[in-house]
Amino acid sequence: MSILVVMEQRGGEWNRMSWETLAAGQQLGRDLGVEVSAAVLGQSIDALAAELGGKQLAKVYAVEHELLAEYTPDAFAAALRQLAAQSGAKVVLFPHTYQVRDYLPKLATSLSKVAVSDVIGHRVENGKLVLVRQLFQGKVNSDTRFASDGPNLASIQAGAYRADLLETGSAAVEKFTPQISAAEVRTKPQERFRESARAVDLGAAELIVSVGRGIKEEENIALVQDLAKAMGAELAASRPICDAGWLPMERQVGSSGQTVAPKLYMAIGISGAIQHLVGMKGARTIVAINKDANAPIFEVADYGIVGDLFQVVPELIAALKK
Amino acid sequence: MKIVVAIKQVPARDSQLQIAPGGKWIEEDDLTHEINEPDAYALEAGLQLKEKQSGEVVVLCFGPERAGQTIREALAKGADRAIHIEEEEMGGYDPLAAARVMAEALKAEAPDLVLTGIQSDDLGYGQTGPILAELLGLPHATLIMEVETNGAGIRVKRELEDGWFQHVEMPLPALLTIQSGISKLRYATLMGIKKAKSKEVKKLSAAELGGKPSACITMDRIYLPERTKKTQVFEGDPKETAAKLIEKLKFEARVI
Repeated sequence: MSILVVMEQRGGEWNRMSWETLAAGQQLGRDLGVEVSAAVLGQSIDALAAELGGKQLAKVYAVEHELLAEYTPDAFAAALRQLAAQSGAKVVLFPHTYQVRDYLPKLATSLSKVAVSDVIGHRVENGKLVLVRQLFQGKVNSDTRFASDGPNLASIQAGAYRADLLETGSAAVEKFTPQISAAEVRTKPQERFRESARAVDLGAAELIVSVGRGIKEEENIALVQDLAKAMGAELAASRPICDAGWLPMERQVGSSGQTVAPKLYMAIGISGAIQHLVGMKGARTIVAINKDANAPIFEVADYGIVGDLFQVVPELIAALKK
Repeated sequence: MKIVVAIKQVPARDSQLQIAPGGKWIEEDDLTHEINEPDAYALEAGLQLKEKQSGEVVVLCFGPERAGQTIREALAKGADRAIHIEEEEMGGYDPLAAARVMAEALKAEAPDLVLTGIQSDDLGYGQTGPILAELLGLPHATLIMEVETNGAGIRVKRELEDGWFQHVEMPLPALLTIQSGISKLRYATLMGIKKAKSKEVKKLSAAELGGKPSACITMDRIYLPERTKKTQVFEGDPKETAAKLIEKLKFEARVI
């Protein structure tokens, strides 16, 4: 039995969630008493593979092919199916990135498996691996197990494991060239682009007041705006607010928006779905104001007020002005 | 263009959830249910495509009898007909087992395009779309913001992380998962609700599609997460709680 961690890179740059997943792999390896290897896919990846070779791993697979230069689900699933067989790994871990979400279910299905997606932790019970993941937008946790032999697949949520706990070492790099034909790649990706330059850099803000669905109507945004002004804070929002056009997209915090780490992050009427939490849980002090005492935002909050934001926020403004 | 939109019925978003005795699932009895919100965006995308291209929108739902209400609502919004694969015991189906049942129904329909939401709000695996694509041998793309036809195929706008996007071209038939929040969801009109009553809902059983509960992953138990962080929570009079919070932020956390 062994563990394989599939790293993610684009154009020679690592996706930083890969390191957290590698740390998860090392920890699982220690807990299960098995070897851990890692793989990087792409073209011209010698430098990346060499960097991986400096970690405590049994082996590094450099999976190279011209059809892996640009991501497509067909080529990546084909390459990883072959790598899984070659490596003999019983557990294959992936960072839970948008790219992995795109190809992992396809890869798993082609192996007649189901991937355990979005894992936040693990335990080993009687030698068996138990993976913890969230249901109902983070309101409920589940203990999930693989019910069949490997290769078993799982993806690791951002922030669940600490990349700074990675063990260094020395591992040999093995080149692996998968068989992929251009004919089996059916989607044609074009250049990546951004819609518009960002005028607001929330990443630099020291204080952030952020508003979510609980605000109910567009005209109520002004209330939270007043609070931000009274505190001297930047105004931010969760995705639904920006999707509705109530605030511009550049003020969105979360996996599809900006990642912030202010001194103070005040979440108002935000339930705390994981897509939002990954964008703000690095804040030093987190305040949550929500009428639902079970909202997942309270999991990460240092201070919380359970109450009606329409009553609480005006009182906060009044208290600040005193 | 023949479009099938796969939708799921889930507990309403603001539900207060209780774990059922035995710890395998939540108490469903007192909950209200609604369309999985991400699937509502897939339905909206399907209806908009139909309005541009003409064709047909078929709703496909795998779920218990109560999901019939969600199906009627989708028909009232403008879907032409529906297929309801009925199964009262959903608990034994993992995402692959569930997708196999849906794939059987889809094969018989042979649509040009299959749409679904990016994930379900209950189980949250976010896998049904790409699993269906693989089972049906279709190309796919996830997190789609826009769809346009492009000769015999389609060109879609896919969301990447950190505010990046990418266009992807692919032939039809294909499967897409639609990003949530990309357009305003329509309401059913009175006329729509009236018409929905006479629209066809084909009922199939999971068993007749060869469906059987199977699981290569199993949920041992579910539970409310334990707080790992010590949260100081204030409840009660808004004026007092607000004053207390400001005091804490000033003199304890020292962030304002």
